[in-house]
Amino acid sequence: MFNHLLSLLIWLPIVGAVPVLLAGSSRPNAARWLALLFMVLTFAASLFLLPRYDAAAGGLQLVESHVWIASLGVHYGLAVDGISVALILLTTFVGILVVVGAWEVIQNRPHQYMAAMLVLEGLMIGVFCATDALLFYVFFEAMLIPMFILIGVWGGPRRVYATLKFFIYTFFGSVFMLIGLLYLYHKAGTFDLHALAALPLSLKEQSWLFFAFLIAFAIKVPMVPVHTWLPDAHVEAPTGGSVVLAAVMLKVGAYGFLRFTLPIVPDAAAHYVWLIVVLSLVAVVYIGYVALVQEDMKKLVAYSSVAHMGFVTLGIFVGYLLVRDAGNVDAAKLGMQGAMVQMISHGFVSGAMFSCIGVMYDRLHTRLIKDYGGVINVMPWFGFFYVLFAMANCGLPGTSGFVGEFMVILASFSANPWIALFAAFTLIIGAAYTLWMVKRVLWGEVGNAHVAEMKDINGRETFVLAAFAALVLLIGIWPEPLVHLMDSSVAQLVQQLGTHKI
Amino acid sequence: MELSTSILLTIALAPLAGCLLAGFLGRQIGRAGAHSATILGLVISCALSFYVLYQIAFAGAPAYNHDLYTWFEIGRLHASVGFMVDRLTAMMMVVVTFVSLLVHVYTIGYMADDPGYQRFFSYISLFTFSMLMLVMANNFLQLFFGWEAVGLVSYLLIGFWFKRPTAIFANLKAFLVNRVGDFGFLLGIAAVLYFLGTLDYATAFAAAPTLAGKTLAITQGTHWDAATVICILLFIGAMGKSAQVPLHVWLPDSMEGPTPISALIHAATMVTAGIFMVARMSPIFELSQGALSFVMVIGATGALFTGLIGIVQNDIKRVVAYSTLSQLGYMTVALGVSAYAGAVFHLMTHAFFKALLFLGAGSVIIAMHHEQDMRYMGGLRKYMPVTWITMWIGSLALVAVPFTSGFYSKDAIIEAVGESHRWGSGYAYFCVMAGAFVTALYTFRQMYLTFHGKERFTVVEHHGHGHHDHDDHGHHKPGELAHAPHESPWVVTLPLVLLAIPSLLVGFFTVGSMLFGGWFGTAIHVDEANNVLGEMGAHFEGAVGMALHGFWSVPFGLVLLAFAIQTYIYLFNPALAGRIKSALKPLWTVLDRKYWVDDVYFALFARGGVKLGRLFWKAGDAAVVDGVLVNGSARLVDRVAAGVRRLQSGYLYHYAFAMIVGLILLLGGYWLIGQ
Repeated sequence: MFNHLLSLLIWLPIVGAVPVLLAGSSRPNAARWLALLFMVLTFAASLFLLPRYDAAAGGLQLVESHVWIASLGVHYGLAVDGISVALILLTTFVGILVVVGAWEVIQNRPHQYMAAMLVLEGLMIGVFCATDALLFYVFFEAMLIPMFILIGVWGGPRRVYATLKFFIYTFFGSVFMLIGLLYLYHKAGTFDLHALAALPLSLKEQSWLFFAFLIAFAIKVPMVPVHTWLPDAHVEAPTGGSVVLAAVMLKVGAYGFLRFTLPIVPDAAAHYVWLIVVLSLVAVVYIGYVALVQEDMKKLVAYSSVAHMGFVTLGIFVGYLLVRDAGNVDAAKLGMQGAMVQMISHGFVSGAMFSCIGVMYDRLHTRLIKDYGGVINVMPWFGFFYVLFAMANCGLPGTSGFVGEFMVILASFSANPWIALFAAFTLIIGAAYTLWMVKRVLWGEVGNAHVAEMKDINGRETFVLAAFAALVLLIGIWPEPLVHLMDSSVAQLVQQLGTHKI
Repeated sequence: MELSTSILLTIALAPLAGCLLAGFLGRQIGRAGAHSATILGLVISCALSFYVLYQIAFAGAPAYNHDLYTWFEIGRLHASVGFMVDRLTAMMMVVVTFVSLLVHVYTIGYMADDPGYQRFFSYISLFTFSMLMLVMANNFLQLFFGWEAVGLVSYLLIGFWFKRPTAIFANLKAFLVNRVGDFGFLLGIAAVLYFLGTLDYATAFAAAPTLAGKTLAITQGTHWDAATVICILLFIGAMGKSAQVPLHVWLPDSMEGPTPISALIHAATMVTAGIFMVARMSPIFELSQGALSFVMVIGATGALFTGLIGIVQNDIKRVVAYSTLSQLGYMTVALGVSAYAGAVFHLMTHAFFKALLFLGAGSVIIAMHHEQDMRYMGGLRKYMPVTWITMWIGSLALVAVPFTSGFYSKDAIIEAVGESHRWGSGYAYFCVMAGAFVTALYTFRQMYLTFHGKERFTVVEHHGHGHHDHDDHGHHKPGELAHAPHESPWVVTLPLVLLAIPSLLVGFFTVGSMLFGGWFGTAIHVDEANNVLGEMGAHFEGAVGMALHGFWSVPFGLVLLAFAIQTYIYLFNPALAGRIKSALKPLWTVLDRKYWVDDVYFALFARGGVKLGRLFWKAGDAAVVDGVLVNGSARLVDRVAAGVRRLQSGYLYHYAFAMIVGLILLLGGYWLIGQ
C-alpha cells in the first residue's frame, strides 16, 4: 500500500464518491456518513505521509511512475516534496471539516454535494502530486468541474453568472498554459517536469512561456487585476464551496508558480520580477481598500484572500531580488518559507472565516453586514471564535496569520525597504477592514429582531470551528514543525531562483 | 546561583492558567471561582517576581538569558521564544504583577454587579501574561508578540461593555492607531534583522557598534544612517503603544473601558511598554543622536500640550488620562536625553501613583453611582475619607512635591533635560518646566472639584425601590443620586492604601541606587558623552538633600503658584472659573477640541479611507476590470457572434455569392504573390 500511497490518496476519495452517489437522495444520512468515512480515511492515509516522507533529505519522494500514453511519452508520474505534503495535509484536513460543516445545511441532494466534494478533493491532491506536466494539467482542469457544479447547483441567486465567470476566467487562463506546455513538449519531447526544468531556453522563449504560465496561475491565485471572479464565486458558492475554494484551490495557483515558473523559466521570471512584486503589493494595498468598503461579508473575506495571497506571490518572487541582486540566500529562504507558511495558514484562516459566515448565514440567510449587529449578545461562543479568526486574519502574533506575513515582510526589507513598507501596510488596512466588520457584526446592541433569535453554535459547528482554531493557534505558537517539513524543499526552490538557463 | 527556568515559566504562565480557567469554565466555577483562580495565579506570579528581584538585585544572581524553544529556524536565522531577566526586567515584572494583583482585588468590588464578571477577570489575567511575555522577552520576535498581545487585550477591554457605541468606537480606534505604530515597529525589527542579522537581543546589542557608518539606500542618491533608521522605526512603535504625539489620540478614548483597566493597562503598565522598549534598546539608540533628538522633541511636545488639555476636562477619568499622556511625555523626554534610568525610574513611580489616582477616581465613580462628571461632585471628602486621603497622596506625588516618589523621578528628568546639550533640548526644557505648572493646575483643580467645596449633587430618595443597583444612573438626571455617596468596600480601599505607600516612599528609598547608583548595570547602556545622569550623580548628596534642595527649585515654585491659583478659584471664588473660561474662550475651544487632531484624523483617514475604497472598488474593480475587460470581452464575443450569425442566412444564393467572392480573392491573392 505504501508504494502507492499517493495514488491511494488521489483515488480513494474519487472512488468513494461512487457509493456516496449511489446512496441516493432517498438515504441522505447514509450518503453523509459514507462521505465522512471516506474523508476521514483519506485524512488518515495522508497522515502516513509524515513518517514516510523524510523531511531532512528533501527532494521528490514516494515516486510513482507508469507509462500513460506511450505514443506521446506521457507518464502517470507522482511524487511529493515537503511543500506538497503540507498542502495535501491541508486538503484532507479541510475535507473532513467541509463534510461536517455541510451536514444538515445541505438538504437539497446531499449525496451529490458530498460526491462532488470527494471528487474535488481527489483531484486537488492529484495536482499537488503530479510530476508530469500533462497529468498536472488534467487535474488542474478537471478540478474546475466539481467546483462548477458546486457553485452552479447549490449556489446563491446569481450562481449562473458566478459559476460561468469562474469557469471561463480560469479556463481562459489555462489555455495559455496548455499552449506553453505544447511548445515545451515540442522542444523536449516529454512532459516530465524534471526534464523540462533542465531544458535550456533562450530569454525570448522563456518570456513567452513566463507570460503563458503567469496568465494561468495569476488567475488561479488570484492576482490583481484578474481577481474579479473570486468575490463573485465566493458570494454565490455554498459555504463548503467557499471553504475549499479559499483554503485549497487558490493555493493551486501559487503551487503552479513553484512547479512551472521557477524551474522552467527562471531567467524570464527574474527579468519580470518587478511586475510580480508590484502586482503583489497592489493586492495588499489596493485590495485592502476595496475590502474596507464591502457590504457583503463574503465579499469582504474574498477580497482579504486576494490581499493575503499577495504575500504568497511576494514571498516567492522577492527571492529573485534577494538571490540575484543581493546574494542574500538566507533572506530568500525566509521569504519563500514565509510564502509557504502563508499558504497553509491562509487555508485555515480563510476556511474558518468562511465557516463562520456560513454559521451566521444558516441562521439569518443573509450575508450583508448591515443585517447583523450585536451578535455577541446571543452567540457568545461563536463570538469567541469569530474574534479569534478575525485576529488571525489581521495577522496577530500567536496566530498562524502572523507567521507568514512576518517572514515575508522581514525578507522583503532585505531586498528593498520600500517593498517592506508597502507590504507592512497590511498591518493597518488588514486590521481596519477586518475589525470594522467585527465591530458592525459582533459588537453593539442586538441589531434587530432576527439577530435576537439567533442560537449559539451547536456541537457540530463547534467541532468545525474548534478544529480550525486549534491549527491556527498551533502554527502561530509553534511553526517550527511546519517550517521543518518544508525546509529542504524551500532550499531547493531558492536554489532554482539562482539557476541560469542562458 | 542562576535563576531557574521553571520559576520564570511559572511567573508567566500562572496568570495564563487563571485566564483560561475564568474564561472557559467561568460558568462552572462561578464568580467567586473566577476571581479566586485568577487572583491565586497573580499571587503566585507576584510573589515569585519579588523573589526574582531579590535574587537579581541582592543575592547576586547573574542575569538570565535562555531560549525556551525554537519558533522557527531558516538558514542561519534562528527565531525562538525565551526569557531574558536582568535588573530592568525584574523591576518591570514586580511593577506589572504587583499593580495587576491589586487591580484584580479592586475589581471584585468595582465589577461586583457586572454580568461579565468572569470574562473581565479572564481578560486582565490574559493581559498580565501578555505583558510579562513582553518584558521578559529575550528577542525581538517575542517582544512583538507581547506587544501585539497587550494590544489585543486592550482592544477587548476598552470594548468590554460592547453594547456601548462609544466603547466599540474607542476600541477600534485604539487598535488601529496602535497598528500604525506597530507598522513602524515591524519595519524596525526588519531593519534590525537586515543590518544585524539576528533577532536575539544579546547578539544584536553586541553587534550594534557595527552599525556605525552603515547606511540604507532610500533612493538612488539618498542614504540614511542605519542606526537612525532603526531607532526611529522602533520608536514609531513606542509612539503608538505609549501614546506619544501624534499617535496619542487613542488613549483618552480608551477611558471607555472599566476603570480598573484604565489603571492597569492605560496608566501603569501597557502604555509604558514603549518606554521600557526604548530603554531596553539603549545600546542601539545610543548610536544615533538624531533619533534621540527626535524622541526628545516628540516627548516634550506631548508632555506640555496634552497636559494643557487636561485643564479643561470635566470627566474625572479624562483628567487622569491626559495626565497620563503628559507623564508619558516626560518619560519619553528622559529617553531622548539618554537618561534611560530616569525614564524607567519615572515609569515605576508613575505606575504606583497613577494607578492610585485611577483607582481612586474609580472609587469616586462607584460612590457617585457611575457619574463621572466632576461638575456634579464636590465635597466628597467627608463621605469617603480613605479615597480622599489616598488620592491626595497620589496627587502630591504627581505634582512632584519633595519627598514623594514623583518628586524624585520627575525632578531628575527636568534637571537632566536642563543638563543636556542635544539638539532640541532648549525646547524640551521649556516644555517640561511649563509642564510642571500645567500638571499642578489640572491636578489641584481635579482634587478641589471632586472632594472640596460645595456639594453639587442632590440625593433623591426613591421609595419602594429597595434594592441597591449601581447601574441605576440611567434613571436620574445628572447630579441626582439615589443614595448618599459612601466609602467603597475594603477590596477597593485596600489597593488604594497599598498603592499610596509606594507612591510616597519608593522614590526616597531607591533614588540613590536606581537613578545615580548604576543599579541597572549592563541592562542599560549609556555613552560616556551622553551621560547626563552621571553628571548629576556627581553632586547627588542623598535623598534628603535632594528633596530639601527641591523646595527651592523653579518647578516647585511653579507648583506652589498653581496651588495658590487653584485654591483661590475653587475654594474661595468658584465663579471666577467661569469668568476665566469666557475670557479665554478661543484658547478654551482649542483645548476642548483637542487641537482638532481627532477631527482631522477621522476626516482624513476614516472617511478618506472609505472614500478611497469606494473609488477603487467602483472605478477599478467594477468599471475597468469587470466592466471593460471581463464582461466587455464577453459582450464583444456576443456581438461578433451576432454579426457572424447574420452571414448564416440559409439562402443558397448568399452562399454561392460568398463562394464566388472567396474564389476571386483567393485567386487574386495567388496572382499577387506570384508577381
